[in-house]
Amino acid sequence: MEITSAEIKRWLFMANEKMQYNKDYLSELDQAIGDGDHGHNMARGFQETVESLKDDNEEDMGAVMKSAAMTLISKVGGASGPLYGTAFLKASDEWKGKQVVTAGEFAKGIEAAVEGIKTRGKAERGGKTLLDVWIPVLEYVQNQELVPTELTKTAKEAMEGTADMTAKKGRASYYGEKSTSHLDPGAYSSYLLFEALAEAVTKEEEG
Amino acid sequence: MKKLINDPDHVVDEMLDGIAAAHADVIRRLPGWNVLVRKDAPMIGKVGLVSGGGSGHEPAHAGFIGENMLDAAVAGEVFTSPAPDQILEAIKAVDSGNGVLLIVKNYSGDVMNFDMAAEMAAAEGIDTEQVVVKDDVAVENEEDRRGVAGTILVHKIVGTAVEEGLNLQEAAELAHQVSGSMKSMGVSLQPSTVPASGKPGFTLAEDEMELGTGIHGEPGMERKKLKSADAITEELLEKVMAELEVSSGDETAVLVNGQGSTPLMELYIMYRKAEEILTENNISVKKAMVGEYMTSLEMAGCSFTLLKLDSTLNKYLP
Repeated sequence: MEITSAEIKRWLFMANEKMQYNKDYLSELDQAIGDGDHGHNMARGFQETVESLKDDNEEDMGAVMKSAAMTLISKVGGASGPLYGTAFLKASDEWKGKQVVTAGEFAKGIEAAVEGIKTRGKAERGGKTLLDVWIPVLEYVQNQELVPTELTKTAKEAMEGTADMTAKKGRASYYGEKSTSHLDPGAYSSYLLFEALAEAVTKEEEG
Repeated sequence: MKKLINDPDHVVDEMLDGIAAAHADVIRRLPGWNVLVRKDAPMIGKVGLVSGGGSGHEPAHAGFIGENMLDAAVAGEVFTSPAPDQILEAIKAVDSGNGVLLIVKNYSGDVMNFDMAAEMAAAEGIDTEQVVVKDDVAVENEEDRRGVAGTILVHKIVGTAVEEGLNLQEAAELAHQVSGSMKSMGVSLQPSTVPASGKPGFTLAEDEMELGTGIHGEPGMERKKLKSADAITEELLEKVMAELEVSSGDETAVLVNGQGSTPLMELYIMYRKAEEILTENNISVKKAMVGEYMTSLEMAGCSFTLLKLDSTLNKYLP
């Protein structure tokens, strides 16, 4: 399976729809173990991202991702801006100059993104962060043919798994043991992002 | 929510315009950016000092722009770190070729955004150094300690020192020294409400207090029945003194910081007891600061910061 720059753009537009729709829920999750603004910040960042891509005829996947990265970095703020922004920026490097990527090249982009998040956030798997969704998704795209429903399932189960973890990073870590049993807001927004990706590639197949 | 605002989405922008208008003799706003700088920035021959973070902590940080203090302050959304491009603009506006010291409070968002800004500044040929302030002893693990009111003492001491000609490396070393010589801890009685969310960040019963609450309402060490000012002062100061390892004969600076809606009357009542305790332990107070320095919107409560002085710090603390 190949992924095209049109699909990448559709991914970002669908991610924006999901962030807008789930804005209050994400903030509610964040209210429990953070400062309650995650939905607000993600919705603002993705809204600006699609605004800047709307009239852009860019077909270079790397350039699309880089533009999204820069918008997320400057518009999301907080901890999520640098984390999502760095992830997109690292992926953009891998996809630079390409209008279409193979499954393997796509996985390379996600791998670079995961490395970027780890370095920027000084975090590892199991710390109840967005990495706990990104790493299982990476392992899925590295090892299996991308089946949209399976991708969504992988991301969803990984997100749900954060409820059993105790936060080690960010504001949630101040809650210590009390953070356990809550879903991580960053993991939830990452799940929405990959659900959007699954839907973006599904639509292409139908069309 | 009962607030004097026009639109929750515009609070930061409108506040920055207000600050710039009210203090036009000292401060100007970089057009199009959430950055306030010293009117005469960049100061030729001097290391630039930049701090910043989420809004809602006023007067931190813009209120500390001026001679012997900061050259610029970057304002994020309420309780949300500013983005790297904003921080970069501040760095560019105050760099006179001598480099810029970034004073950052230890929150993951602030640390990451300032890191990215420093990388972007390096790409533009501007030297920066960073100090990450971690004075809140309510968090056990030292590396995870939050930056709270003590940050103001870093502004003050390093601000004076760079005005007297310290270079970037020396300024960074001094900032690390100040940061490592102070500890803080607070108590909160009532939560604050972020305008965009409209709901209090946490809840406390009428007769309850929380020890060690963070400046954004992060959970503290424990909740218990409200006690007298003297008893709370004893409890907070005991923890701070133990963590700082102060002993008989030491000289200190003390900061009693109001969190936003606690009257000065109460802050002075707390200070009175604090000085009594320090005196009993033969610890002298060279400088006392009592007031609102690092607020948390309308949170009620206060924090104590104790800074242990030595000859170097004494030199730059008027």
